[in-house]
Amino acid sequence: MSNDAATATVDGASPAAAPEQQAPAHGIGASLAPVDARAKTEGTFPYAADLWAEGLLWAAVLRAPHACARIVSIDTSAAVAMPGVRSVVTHADVPGDPAFGRRIADRPVFAAEFVRHHGEPIAAVAADHPDTARLAAAAIAVEYEVLEPVTDPEKAFAAEPLHPDGNLIRHIPLQYGDPEVTGEVVVEGLYRIGRQDPAPIGAEAGLAVPRPDGGVELYAASTDPHSDRDLAAACFGLEPDRVKVVVTGVPGATGDREDLGFQLPLGLLALKTGCPVKLTATREESFLGHAHRHPTLLRYRHHADTEGRLVKVEAQILLDAGAYAEASSESLAAAVAFACGPYVVPHAFVEGWAVRTNNPPSGHVRGEGAMQVCAAYEGQMDKLAAKLGLDPAELRMRNALATGDLLPTGQTVTCPAPVAELLAAVRDFPLPTLPKDAPEDDWLLPGGPEGAGEPDAVRRGVGYALGMVHMLGAEGTDEVSTATVKVQDGVATVICAAVETGQGFTTLARQIVQETLGIDEVHVAPVDTDQPPAGPATHGRHTWVSGGAVERAAKMVRTQLLQPLAHKFGMSTELLQIADGKITSYDGVLSTTVTEAMDGKELWATAQCRPHPTEPLDETGQGDAFVGLAFCAIRAVVDVDIELGSVRVVELAVAQDVGRILNPRQLAARIEAGVTQGVGAALTENLRTVRGRIRHPDLTGYALPTALDAPDIRIVKLVEERDVVAPFGAKAASAVPVVTSPAAIASAVRAATGRPVNRLPIRPQAAVVQQG
Amino acid sequence: MTLPASLDEAVAALAAMPAAVPVAGGTDLMAAVNRGLLRPAGLVGLGRINEIRGWQYQDGHALLGAGLTHARMGRPDFAALIPALAAAARAAGPPQIRNAGTLGGNIASAAPTGDALPVLAALEATLVIAGPDGARREIPVSHLLAGRDMLAPAELIGYVRVPLLHAPQVFLKATGRTGPGRATASVAVVLDPARRGVRCAVGAIAPMPLRPLEAERWIASLIDWDGERAALAPEALGAFGEYVAAACIPDPAPSVDGAPPPPLSPAVLHLRRTVAALARRALGRALS
Repeated sequence: MSNDAATATVDGASPAAAPEQQAPAHGIGASLAPVDARAKTEGTFPYAADLWAEGLLWAAVLRAPHACARIVSIDTSAAVAMPGVRSVVTHADVPGDPAFGRRIADRPVFAAEFVRHHGEPIAAVAADHPDTARLAAAAIAVEYEVLEPVTDPEKAFAAEPLHPDGNLIRHIPLQYGDPEVTGEVVVEGLYRIGRQDPAPIGAEAGLAVPRPDGGVELYAASTDPHSDRDLAAACFGLEPDRVKVVVTGVPGATGDREDLGFQLPLGLLALKTGCPVKLTATREESFLGHAHRHPTLLRYRHHADTEGRLVKVEAQILLDAGAYAEASSESLAAAVAFACGPYVVPHAFVEGWAVRTNNPPSGHVRGEGAMQVCAAYEGQMDKLAAKLGLDPAELRMRNALATGDLLPTGQTVTCPAPVAELLAAVRDFPLPTLPKDAPEDDWLLPGGPEGAGEPDAVRRGVGYALGMVHMLGAEGTDEVSTATVKVQDGVATVICAAVETGQGFTTLARQIVQETLGIDEVHVAPVDTDQPPAGPATHGRHTWVSGGAVERAAKMVRTQLLQPLAHKFGMSTELLQIADGKITSYDGVLSTTVTEAMDGKELWATAQCRPHPTEPLDETGQGDAFVGLAFCAIRAVVDVDIELGSVRVVELAVAQDVGRILNPRQLAARIEAGVTQGVGAALTENLRTVRGRIRHPDLTGYALPTALDAPDIRIVKLVEERDVVAPFGAKAASAVPVVTSPAAIASAVRAATGRPVNRLPIRPQAAVVQQG
Repeated sequence: MTLPASLDEAVAALAAMPAAVPVAGGTDLMAAVNRGLLRPAGLVGLGRINEIRGWQYQDGHALLGAGLTHARMGRPDFAALIPALAAAARAAGPPQIRNAGTLGGNIASAAPTGDALPVLAALEATLVIAGPDGARREIPVSHLLAGRDMLAPAELIGYVRVPLLHAPQVFLKATGRTGPGRATASVAVVLDPARRGVRCAVGAIAPMPLRPLEAERWIASLIDWDGERAALAPEALGAFGEYVAAACIPDPAPSVDGAPPPPLSPAVLHLRRTVAALARRALGRALS
């Protein structure tokens, strides 16, 4: 749709509107393109699925067809006897720990006695051809005693324990303020959030190569290589230094790529056969094997005074964790801590549970916990606005959180929290043209260009949402990262085990070194576990922690480079500048080239960045659990066909708190990607199950947003207020739009239809207005 | 894999290797192969058979080749001929699918959500089936879709015979999203002024397209076929929609002991409302 009138008024800070020629060509603030952008666009970039080793075998995994069953027997003899089959492994062949898990080691490598979710690995086969491996896996005879699955998380409390650890993974009863207080106006709501799949572009793949020393190398698209190495080594019964994880190109990760479930069978087969073993998961296996967003049930009661100021929030949050703990504990902490949203709430009582069920596993998907509660608390704000007769934006404005306010966890918000400024920016942005004012050709109706939409039945709605997420690990996680910077022959190299998942870390690392050292040519080394750990690529932490480590190391190299010169010139190193390969004094009188100053030397420096420590939430949900927070405001404009219930998101206006813009183009891309993932969660993405079994594990049944579904995304304002504790003052940008956009879309559908809209994704029948 | 150049060669190839599977666009077949559901012993590719890639005219009918792609059917020259089929072809999926998927494949795979199927049902199209030794037989498309008359071994759908009605036709489909998607319900309405008939078929809600014959006859009796404009009052259009929806998604019958039947679930009621809205809109557009 053309919308030139609106574009002209975009705030000057918006990267979309900023003229390219004014931006610097390198260093911080430049729109540097990723080094691998061309290869990825042309399809020549080698992902894990493209790996090859001489004499490799192909693996296939046998997965359970039931959600809940007892394994009576496993007979692999038919598979072993097949020609071309080299090895078959089951739970009996795991030499080390039989189970793994990042926090709680509760997930078996192969199911031994019980199957707890559809698609749980039972056995794996290595053969000389992928088809042979698949046929052999199918030939393994497993006798199951099928049991009644627990699929309703509300029934998990009373159900027979699914796991020796019990069905309750975590319970947080947050208590903040006075429980007796009530408000003059009370609204209640029940909200349900569906199961979103991270749906990485590339399905899981990997290659395991045995080493002569009895160890193994895993080539995989891991996002947390050091943790994966330690877990894998424990399962293989090896010392961690005998296992090496080499990170291949990661084809998109919006959460942990829980590749470990795929990689462990590979490593076992490689160790057993002594040959390299490769596995490329099908899309179906990918859906069955990796973790999804927690389906969540939320009950809310908001109390407010007659002016619309929040008095008290009561909430119950139930996360369906699936069969294994994975990241459920962290997700629950985020859900409970952000249950009231970026609003000032004097009294809050939030009870959260994460429970085990036989549903598909849930885990880390970006914005986990925060996204589910955002949809619920914003639904409550809309209800409150309707009850009070207030404008929804005005009600939100009256309650907006600011720096210095307290979260319901008792933590003071010390970072910049420009919530009111963000909301004002999206509220005051001009609305898109109404269809009646636009040429008919430009009006894309709900249902699409060849759909059944009829202009008379279309209603437009405008809705708002404010979201927040925490950055970096929470609750006392040690968030250290180590980076090394090397300079030789005028070329800088960064060695840091921070994985590029598409978040743009390698580009940012290059820009940081360019900025600090004035060297244009910067390479970022590939990641493996021989490098010091940098932690997981989650919660936007690499921009902050690994970026901070890179900057420190670069500064140390700079000092090494300039110290002798400073001594020679008789001035401090701060008075020297490096630019365009030349070192110049502040007054421009003295200068020399970098090459000359280097004098053939090789300069190395290694530094660590460790953000200030956090503490776990205590038994009443109190504690300074988060290092930093990021905020976002979104205004959604939707068209709804009120007879068919079809929804089209026309425009999403985004204002976001980004701390500092390091790479404008990359930042805009991250925000657009996040917003679009939110559109999927709001309208189409729900991995449906029947009695715990995934119904359509394919991309036909699981509808990701296409270009026609994605709305016009207007980045209205990027607030640059540096967070003093962050190395550059930059905040992570990808997660908070995912959290906020589904709630904004639901709010807009509410405005268009007058229906409650308390379930995500929004089903057509929830957006129908019944006449008569 | 063989690549015959004519329909008879293809039939001969299938007769020679009964385990072989014919493949045209492969949009359904290859998905099944990739999922490991099908491992054909051989393939007979129909992509080189030029005689079934276009259409010809035959006494008031168009004889459409089974190899016509959705992309080809979506073009304006075809839309001028059989507008509803062109609309269904344009709505049939993303461009990659429309470029490969064929009319014959849509009929042969007979997926409930096949977009061409309700249009063919409303047009009362017949299939020209090619058999061994140059044999040809014709069956109504609905007989094949209902399983009343199946393809015998070594038979192929050669052509689809569609009447040229020279009157408005509409195909509408409801999907869950703005981008291309599977139909949750679809409706085809064609006017037949020569026979003073309205024909309607509802797709995607049952294993095969449904024809609400009583509703068709009733609405045809209300239309002033000799008038300048055949438009109906909005109430009549609305009643037609309700009539079609109630015929295709009937209320459950009361049980034997006279107790009231269980109410329809909200999802089914929504589907019924969707069908009603689609039928009303489709007829309204056809008559406007």
